[in-house]
Amino acid sequence: MNKFIPIIISRPQSSNLMNVLVPVIAVILTLLTGSIIFSIMGFNPFFALHTFFISPISTSYGISELLVKATPLALIAIGLAFCFKNNIYNIGAEGQLTMGAIFGGGIGIYFYDTNAFWLLPLMILGGAIGGALWAMIPALLKTKFNTNEILTSLMLVYVALLILDYLVVGPWKDPLGYSFPKTRQFSESGRMPLLFAGLRVHFGLIITLVLIFFSWFIFSKTIFGFQLKVSGYSPTAARYAGFSQNILVYLAFGICGAFAGIAGLSEVSGPIGLLYRDISPNYGFTAIIVAFLGRLHPIGIIFASLIIALTYLGAEDAQLFMQIPAAVGFVFQGLILFYLLGADLLVNYKLEFNK
Amino acid sequence: MDFELLYGIVKIILIATTPLVFAGIGELVTEKSGVLNLGVEGMMLVGAVTAFVTLVITGNYILAFTFSILSGVIMSSLFAFLVLILMSNQIATGLALTIFGIGLSSMIGKNYIGTPIEGLSPWFFVIFSFVIVFFISYFFYKTKAGLILRAVGESHNSAHALGYGVLKIRFCSIIFGGAMCALAGSYMSICYAPMWQENMTAGRGWIALALVVFATWKPGRILIGAYIFGGVSILQMNFQAWGLSLPGQFFNMAPYLATLIVLVLISSNKLRVKLSAPASLTIPFFKGR
Repeated sequence: MNKFIPIIISRPQSSNLMNVLVPVIAVILTLLTGSIIFSIMGFNPFFALHTFFISPISTSYGISELLVKATPLALIAIGLAFCFKNNIYNIGAEGQLTMGAIFGGGIGIYFYDTNAFWLLPLMILGGAIGGALWAMIPALLKTKFNTNEILTSLMLVYVALLILDYLVVGPWKDPLGYSFPKTRQFSESGRMPLLFAGLRVHFGLIITLVLIFFSWFIFSKTIFGFQLKVSGYSPTAARYAGFSQNILVYLAFGICGAFAGIAGLSEVSGPIGLLYRDISPNYGFTAIIVAFLGRLHPIGIIFASLIIALTYLGAEDAQLFMQIPAAVGFVFQGLILFYLLGADLLVNYKLEFNK
Repeated sequence: MDFELLYGIVKIILIATTPLVFAGIGELVTEKSGVLNLGVEGMMLVGAVTAFVTLVITGNYILAFTFSILSGVIMSSLFAFLVLILMSNQIATGLALTIFGIGLSSMIGKNYIGTPIEGLSPWFFVIFSFVIVFFISYFFYKTKAGLILRAVGESHNSAHALGYGVLKIRFCSIIFGGAMCALAGSYMSICYAPMWQENMTAGRGWIALALVVFATWKPGRILIGAYIFGGVSILQMNFQAWGLSLPGQFFNMAPYLATLIVLVLISSNKLRVKLSAPASLTIPFFKGR
């Protein structure tokens, strides 16, 4: 019997091959599990997987929608990489996204009848500042009062969502909008330009790619990136080297919040065009999965954001064509993360069978 | 203030606070053994929907609670397998459990939103919540098994050297935590609400996690903390009813802001947190080569 139970043996050095392979293994295992779940629900698994993962992206419109969903996910995830690399568990990106949308979107609403070239850049700046300020709260509480950032950043998500709710039903409500809880439309120059006529993919994608390149540069070419890495691996070594942990915390939170804020702004000034209650289908939380699945690496995050964006599209199609609740997308996202974390064992340990 | 009104408020606070006590004490036991499970919110939601759907189908309250607790056991075993056997990162795994639980619960409950059920009287559970806190307190500080559990949470290597099964003890603590979270969820969907709604726990799982820090990992203080939070969230409703002129959303922020403030007050004393948190919290145990 014992012959079939492998023994776990630690590797002298973590395996680079496994580091790349594990996310692939996780995705394959998720697809396998998915097909089992679909068969139990009485669907032909091939038909179901096709509906879920292939037919949504078989048209140019579908590809554009995939990019629309992947844009905020990748941008937030690369921001989270700054935090996670340093073992700072900022899980409140959803709140930072909301605050970015409020700050940037607020500018758009204030200038609703202005058409000028400076409006969109100003709104993007507003989004970045809003997100960064909101992220400064947990950073400040962590450095000054030693408070665990997991819980504080999460509590601030609920507060940000309630502030948005207050604004769209209260002071910022569209005076011509009857009783709908939404604001005025932004003016045309406050909207993200579309990249292709007739498709929804917008300029936010370019911003995301630029910021991902910027992050890659910081991670691999600057002292700050090196400090992040060292203090992530060994806080003690970082302290002896004289790196200030507090400054790293502020910078990581600030960059992450700014990125999430820009993602929020590019959602409201891209596909949406105004502010209302449900501006984000949990992008801030889902981006945590994207960051882990992409191994906190810029290239990895691009691939991961496309895969996870596909679960959103697939879930919408599954609801339309198979009457499966769209929440199945979150189930898949949870499964991917489970498999990823479980298979992570193979990076630092190897399995051996008794002979 | 007349007596009638005061009685009413105390009654509502007792009913509203009970799920926080259940989830808080469950997570406390898990953390005492050295494992941080951030999946409380997810396990509560799955527990809530399982109980509700079972009740609608069978009409049997006992079955509803049994299945709900079973769902908590299954969810937490999944977590336990990942963090204990595969030694995965506890924080990330807990987050995955919550995301998974949110998705799974809204998938299962999709067709049951708004289904009317006959709610169960909460008083048995209110009393039970006090009993369980007393019991856990007794278990930790007056029994040998409780001492062993705490030892595993403080230093798993020493406990292992003394011959105690670290993984077995952690597994049991995680399962207990999962069962209590599911009980908290089923109480919410069957006694407190009584109905099913997506994300109906509204962050109570996270507040329960904050409660454990507030209680500085001592069972009795879970009650104090839970009643402060419960009191704040009920009083904000009453302030609203008394016509205090602030938009409703600002009152709804009260429990979250209260959690934030309390966390800051407790953790600003670095030494206190360091002395009371289990020393092996979030550190995986590897006995092999």
